[in-house]
Amino acid sequence: MSAARVETWLWLAQRGSAAVLAVAVAVHLAGIIFAVQGGLTAAEIAGRVGGSTAWAAFYGVFVVAATVHAPIGIRTVLSEMTALPPFSVNAVAALFAAMLLVSGFIAVAAVYQLGAA
Amino acid sequence: MRAAAHRNHAAWWAFALHRLSGVLLALFLPVHFYVLASAIDGAARLDGFLRWTEQPPVKFAEAALILLLAAHLTGGLRLLFLEFVGWRDGQKSLVAVASGVAVALALLFLVNAA
Repeated sequence: MSAARVETWLWLAQRGSAAVLAVAVAVHLAGIIFAVQGGLTAAEIAGRVGGSTAWAAFYGVFVVAATVHAPIGIRTVLSEMTALPPFSVNAVAALFAAMLLVSGFIAVAAVYQLGAA
Repeated sequence: MRAAAHRNHAAWWAFALHRLSGVLLALFLPVHFYVLASAIDGAARLDGFLRWTEQPPVKFAEAALILLLAAHLTGGLRLLFLEFVGWRDGQKSLVAVASGVAVALALLFLVNAA
């Protein structure tokens, strides 16, 4: 695939993930503002979203969208604002994506099992 | 002075805020996931951390995070609108609305967290 084609696909992926994130972040913000009223505890989190397949699926989609969106943004910032060579920029972005995906799914699983326990 | 002049515009500040908030949120994400993942060892560890977040300075830091997230959301929606619907006059007003909604959400968080 040509470099220009790669840039086009990355641009599209970032906008597509942004559209998913717009909904997910709005729901997340509403949840935060609602949940923080009574003070946050593990029991409160477990009761609200723990053990719920629907919430786990929602946060799973959220993690995937953030994994696509954030590393592409970091790649853009690094290539525009640092002197790093393209290979290093791509490597940092790819490693960051892998780290987000794995740690994000561990976090989703941890919160899910909190309610299932 | 031309370089400075192009920055003295609401749309440039919106771009700068979108970039800064994006980088800070990207740096925060692994920390957020790490804290949530601590629940895998049981509720006690997560509760220990959540008690630490009850301190006022941490609450203000959380409000700053909400502001960053809300600003990145509203700024991002403005960009998606620009790119997929088209340029409209009154960009300053759009930037103002996006900023206003973000600040309002951060204040709502602070009021609810108090």
